[in-house]
Amino acid sequence: MIGLLHTRSIGADVERVDGRAKVTGAAAYAFDQPVENPAYLHPVRSAVARGRVTGLDTAAAEAADGVLAVLTHRNAPRLASTDDTELAVLQDDAVAFHGQFVAAVVAETPEAARRAAALVAVEYAGEPHDVVLSADRDDLYAAQEPEEHGDVDAAIAAAAVVHDATYTTPPEFNNPMEPHTSVAVWDDGGLTVYESTQGVHTVRPVLAEVFGLDPERVRVIARYVGGGFGSKGTVHANVVLAGLAARALPGRPVKFALTRQDMFRVAGYRTPTVQRVRLAADADGRLTAVEHDVVEQSARIKEFVEGCTKPTRGMYAAPNRRYRQRMATLDVPVTSWMRAPGECPGMFALESAMDEAAIACGLDPVEFRVRNDTRTDPDSGKPFSTRNLVACLREGARRFGWEGRDPAPGVRRDGDWLVGTGVAGSCYPVISDPGSAAVVRYGADGRYQVSIGAADIGTGAWTALTQIAADALRVPMDRIDLRIGDSALPRATVAGGSSGTTNWGTAVVEAARAFRDQHGVHPREGDEARGEMRENTAKEHYAMSAYGAQFAEVRVHAGTGEVRVQRMVGVFAVGRIVNARTARSQLLGGMVMGVSMALHEHGVRDPRFGHVVNHDLAEYHVAANADIGDMEAVWIEEEDPHVNPMGTKGIGEIGIVGAAAAIANAAHHATGVRVRDLPLTTDAFVR
Amino acid sequence: MEVDITLRVDGEDRPLRVDTRTTLLDALRERLGVTAPKKGCDHGQCGSCTVLVNGRRATSCLTFAVAHEDDEVTTAAGLADGDRLHPVQQAFLDHDGYQCGFCTPGQICSAVGMLDELKKGWPSHATADLTGPVDADDDEIRERMSGNLCRCGAYAGIVAAIREAAR
Repeated sequence: MIGLLHTRSIGADVERVDGRAKVTGAAAYAFDQPVENPAYLHPVRSAVARGRVTGLDTAAAEAADGVLAVLTHRNAPRLASTDDTELAVLQDDAVAFHGQFVAAVVAETPEAARRAAALVAVEYAGEPHDVVLSADRDDLYAAQEPEEHGDVDAAIAAAAVVHDATYTTPPEFNNPMEPHTSVAVWDDGGLTVYESTQGVHTVRPVLAEVFGLDPERVRVIARYVGGGFGSKGTVHANVVLAGLAARALPGRPVKFALTRQDMFRVAGYRTPTVQRVRLAADADGRLTAVEHDVVEQSARIKEFVEGCTKPTRGMYAAPNRRYRQRMATLDVPVTSWMRAPGECPGMFALESAMDEAAIACGLDPVEFRVRNDTRTDPDSGKPFSTRNLVACLREGARRFGWEGRDPAPGVRRDGDWLVGTGVAGSCYPVISDPGSAAVVRYGADGRYQVSIGAADIGTGAWTALTQIAADALRVPMDRIDLRIGDSALPRATVAGGSSGTTNWGTAVVEAARAFRDQHGVHPREGDEARGEMRENTAKEHYAMSAYGAQFAEVRVHAGTGEVRVQRMVGVFAVGRIVNARTARSQLLGGMVMGVSMALHEHGVRDPRFGHVVNHDLAEYHVAANADIGDMEAVWIEEEDPHVNPMGTKGIGEIGIVGAAAAIANAAHHATGVRVRDLPLTTDAFVR
Repeated sequence: MEVDITLRVDGEDRPLRVDTRTTLLDALRERLGVTAPKKGCDHGQCGSCTVLVNGRRATSCLTFAVAHEDDEVTTAAGLADGDRLHPVQQAFLDHDGYQCGFCTPGQICSAVGMLDELKKGWPSHATADLTGPVDADDDEIRERMSGNLCRCGAYAGIVAAIREAAR
């Protein structure tokens, strides 16, 4: 058991320490860096989805006003490593997806670069491409060996109730408001990059390897990051292209911002999924079997598997369980992390299926979930460190006013609107990774400099780490001078997997404890100590996960099929809350993205050309202000002594998990129409 | 083609020479170093670049710099009175109407502009009575702020902040 930190600042409702800089526009994101004499890069993208570049005429571009360089695979600097094929930019003539970088212009101004990029003439030898996913393709391969516990077929044969249905989710694109941007400078044989990234220490080793540099010669800086939701958690081709251009123009800062359209080409996205779920239950509504069979796509140049069966493994008790995950390799851009990869689409399928199975069993959907709660992790057999799914369901039902709900679908009407309510469970594992370090140093100003190369992508890390440092050092928050977002600071893991506070916070606590051990409570200027996050050995004994329950009231227009989410209540059991103000925003933000997923988001890839046709924010709609009704996010008290010294479980992703299912379930309750294919567009409801 | 112009930005005259293709947003950001307005889409679809032009909100990525000689351009950086934040800025802090902060300067300019539109009684799609005064109720705020996307999903805080600032 870990000694939980005594809290004073932790748990408070605290204004963000970076808030003033953000509301005045003073916070400098990557592209805002004031650099001397910048040059601007504009890329040329492939017009075919598969083939080779056979001709490149760059003469007109090179002759255009203000052009400094035109880079192609023929003249671009050679990379030291092309092992990561996504990052092997301009190294050969192969085209692996529509929109891939095939050339780039660097010029004195953004206008000149853009104009000259349009003057680069590219000829291709196109090859037949294949960009369409379906579950009945004959070339699917197993991403993992099919796994079975018990005997699912026998359980299904003996079950009182069997539910068997297939759910699909479309390609979804992260689209943080800040497109991926880089300002790269090659100087004295080293590379400095101001980057919009979820991890400066994630980017640094990758750039060092790709460019053949000693990691000490690479510096990555990201003090403010305009969102990421996973797309900035791994390094994509744009960073390497900026680095190549900087190398071609030593000493000259090269600025490269992806356009919004590029965000649909090279920044990663969530694979479409086809998920068959089979549930078997006995006459009392107890699950006897769970089966989750997933089909996804992966890019020809790099495999990425979205682990949709993960949440099914621990969510409900069922003695017989089977998981299968198969992939199609397609001529598409690289799929990657998007908020709660695996859990988010996986739980849309599972929690929709749970709603349908509850109805088939004649049970209330809250009661059905409560009845199938488990005290031990069904897969590993370990007890949970804490598990409060049932408490979330009960508290959510109370707050939402669930009691007395008429289960009959399609019978409530308010004017032209059909009204319904739905529920879904949420979960997200407590992810912890060792390796983050922090340094505490006592400054001349009587404040404690706390340094860690973490990233705040909007999560509130600037504030949360300040609170944690204050409590760990037992001083008020204003005595903490936090430094993050720079690879010159101690190593930190990526802002991903809802693990930032766990990993970085633990390192900060360890550094603070070491500091007090070594220097006491009356330190001298310059005293410092370092601490590291180590492996949490409690993981050997406990399964660790956060849980939640989401309730939605949905209205569907009887005439037009328009779907509105009138209100939502999310109740979460996520360990201790560090900052009540920012935590609420983060949980709500996940739920809002869940509304967006449920109602709007659908990237449409044209099978003829292989590109996403709705590649901007007008046609790939993400939830706007008027799409969002009354939203409430609350949490229940949960003290978990096993997760980390702060007692936190991570809150960045759980808000989106289950949200879309709650909405789809409510839409069914409103109309009697079960939509198993996201998003819930009007055509499904107009009959 | 390049032209010499003077933009008046946050109360200061800023002479500069611009390519006629340069948008107001790029002129502010890349020529004048005024980086409060952000480029989220460059197509007027996200609202991150919103500034006030003569007090009215405008997406600065959709207008050329050369068209704004003599105009008063106000960014989020120009709203505060010295150290004293504009009431809308303070309300955004109090209600946590932001997370990553990238859309925030645009949200705040948009909010200031739309509160003025409300005061003038300009109706919107959400206004029931087109002739009378318009209340700053939540539906009005949501409707009028829907040109400013926030992918972090801070809409609840944004609406609460503007509701308070409207009082």
